[in-house]
Amino acid sequence: MVEWTDFERATIADIFSKMEYEVIGPAALSRCLVVYPWTQRYFGNFGNLYNAAAIIGNPLVAKHGTTILHGLDRAVKNMDNIKSEYAELSVLHSEKLHVDPDNFKLLSDCLTIVVSAKLGKEFNGEVQAAFQKFLAVVVNSLGRQYH
Amino acid sequence: LLFMSIKSPSLLKLITAFSDSQSTGKMTTLTAKDKDRVKTFWAQVSGKSEDIGSEALARMLIVYPQTKTYFAHWKDTSPNSANAKKHGITVMGGVADAVTKIDDLKAGLLSLSELHAFTLRVDPANFKILSHCILVVMANMFPEDFTPQVHVAMDKFLSALALALAEKYR
Repeated sequence: MVEWTDFERATIADIFSKMEYEVIGPAALSRCLVVYPWTQRYFGNFGNLYNAAAIIGNPLVAKHGTTILHGLDRAVKNMDNIKSEYAELSVLHSEKLHVDPDNFKLLSDCLTIVVSAKLGKEFNGEVQAAFQKFLAVVVNSLGRQYH
Repeated sequence: LLFMSIKSPSLLKLITAFSDSQSTGKMTTLTAKDKDRVKTFWAQVSGKSEDIGSEALARMLIVYPQTKTYFAHWKDTSPNSANAKKHGITVMGGVADAVTKIDDLKAGLLSLSELHAFTLRVDPANFKILSHCILVVMANMFPEDFTPQVHVAMDKFLSALALALAEKYR
């Protein structure tokens, strides 16, 4: 069972309450595809991913980025039970999507960097720690059902 | 292979990219474009080098508390301590120096590698941790300039730097 301090709960709630999903989601996913190009392996049917500009301008990437970011909502709403919240999604990513769970960490690093750029001064060390802890728990839960 | 490629253009691209990177070593070697991006971005931000360094080190101590084990000799390991600030500046000075030696990091960082290998003995996993914090700070302080393209170049550069720093370890 993950222990959350009041500060951590408040920080996560705050960040997501003002999250611009349609901006941050696409930015995080496209950044991941650019910085870690091997992650493109999962998006063979997304069309043009031939260079950074194409990736960043790709509407399918943008749409999927938004979807993924909204996927975090269930964890935000139920921070005390993230593991069970993601059991089904974990099975999906393992058995149907065949995503190497290492990719979850890569995407969460990109998301951290995008949020850092967006929030500026507000994203101080303590906030970064809370955000990364939250993402680490989600990442762990998503990898849980792999076998 | 050709049949598979006809069926899947992205697979062809993957194979081509793989063989390209095998011959040009794109994963760990910096291309001319990478070096150019690093040098350009560094020129833009070097004026704030000390702030970047102190911020990155402070964040490392906060977000990854296990890194404090290397600073047990400081009376005060809090992220805002004078020691931490000074050390962040020192480390970033090393990064700045590495930019000037970007064409041969292994040779350029030889003595620093010996220092880290024989005296400091910092587990190289921590280089990755500090690199991440540096990237977070760069995004934080220069959101417009730290584009995905700059990000990948800087990430590759810091990885290459870490590799050169670990050269003398064993």
